[in-house]
Amino acid sequence: MAERQESERLVKLLSQQGDVLVGRWIEGVSHTLRGRLSVLELDRELRELYSALVEGLRAGGPDWRGEGWSEVRALLTELSRNRARQGFSPTETATAVFALKELLVPDTDTSQQDFAAYLELNRLVDALGLFTVETYSKTREEIIGAQAEQLLELSTPVVKLWDGVVAVPLVGTLDSARTQVVMEKLLQTLVDTGSEQAIIDITGVPAVDTEVAQHLLKTVVAARLMGAECTISGIRPQIAQTIVALGIQFGDIVTKATLADALKHALRRIGTSPEAAAATVRGAR
Amino acid sequence: MITAPAVPEGEQQTLPIASNDDVVRARQLVRTLAQQCKLSLVDQTKLVTAASELARNTLVHGNGGTMRVGLVDKGGRRGVSAVFQDTGPGIPDLELALTDGWTSGGGMGLGLSGARRLTDEFAIDTEVGRGTVVTVVKWTR
Ligand SMILES: Nc1ncnc2c1ncn2[C@@H]1O[C@H](COP(=O)(O)OP(=O)(O)O)[C@@H](O)[C@H]1O
Ligand SMILES: [Mg+2]
Repeated sequence: MAERQESERLVKLLSQQGDVLVGRWIEGVSHTLRGRLSVLELDRELRELYSALVEGLRAGGPDWRGEGWSEVRALLTELSRNRARQGFSPTETATAVFALKELLVPDTDTSQQDFAAYLELNRLVDALGLFTVETYSKTREEIIGAQAEQLLELSTPVVKLWDGVVAVPLVGTLDSARTQVVMEKLLQTLVDTGSEQAIIDITGVPAVDTEVAQHLLKTVVAARLMGAECTISGIRPQIAQTIVALGIQFGDIVTKATLADALKHALRRIGTSPEAAAATVRGAR
Repeated sequence: MITAPAVPEGEQQTLPIASNDDVVRARQLVRTLAQQCKLSLVDQTKLVTAASELARNTLVHGNGGTMRVGLVDKGGRRGVSAVFQDTGPGIPDLELALTDGWTSGGGMGLGLSGARRLTDEFAIDTEVGRGTVVTVVKWTR
């Protein structure tokens, strides 16, 4: 098979003076990364990749998707992921691979056989370069997904207002996913802090529909099962009227106009008088 | 004789309702129009909440569809009209579906009946196997 011959020739070309070629490759790549990656790390990375590549060609021939190339693919995956995490651009990442072509650029003295081998290298490097970009963008997507989740977590601060009292202010348009996250976090914080009073403040919520109400009610029931009591505060007049028109019943759930009222109520319930608590705060200042 | 609720004519917008994000967008668009129309804060909230319920029904029970909204005018009185349309399974027993607390799933069963109470005009056109169209209007006072 012709391609097989070319692979063998390529192995020979890349192995002869292998050290010189790797050195040139590393130097070229480090130039494009302008010192944002340690030379030592780059050196190790590319040397490993280079020997894997020669080995892949030797064992697996031109079929870079085959068994013989698994080491190369693994190393490239690692490289792309690291670059994506370290904030390198897709171009910077792929250039490292494409720079391999520079090592065997033909000139007028190049034999036909070596020229064929060079074209083979080109074909392989193109495929591996695209593989790198694909892995890179997959990793970026994973990173962005994780960040979105973190943001969701961050935007739902459950705070301990007092020993035994935790509160969560709900702000903005509530979709189902967000309400769910908030409620789970509230219940977890009740456990973590050993609190018996929870306040859910909805001053910042523009509308409460039956889905949001259902999440609220379920949370209150779950908190009760855990031996804690929930107060809902900040129900503004327009929300109150809407809830009534919808026919939602909050039953015996304690509701307060403001967060401050809810805190006073919660303090009384845990046996701390709000006045004593206020004095403690003043004393601490 | 019952007159059909005003449907948007002239300038109007149509939104797909195929995901939870679309329900949020639908709610935001209705709020913007309600503000433009200068509905009171209470009426804005009522209309937005009704739209939220109907959009979610379109998504959950109607397997997705569209919302068409626009400003309407009747004898100098302004209002916001919203039409929720799907080609889902339809509602076999409308009276039952409009009963407070009745749900075919795990909901509160207050969305449809609640939306009727929250708006000034409310109409349902539904056919089993064909789909459902719910039209609501909220007028300025
Ligand atoms: N667009 C629709 N297509 C089909 N069925 C619907 C639609 N909207 C409402 N329904 C039916 O009417 C019932 C009552 O609706 P609703 O009052 O909103 O309660 P919920 O959505 O909580 O079940 C639903 O459970 C469903 O069976
Ligand atoms: Mg519903």
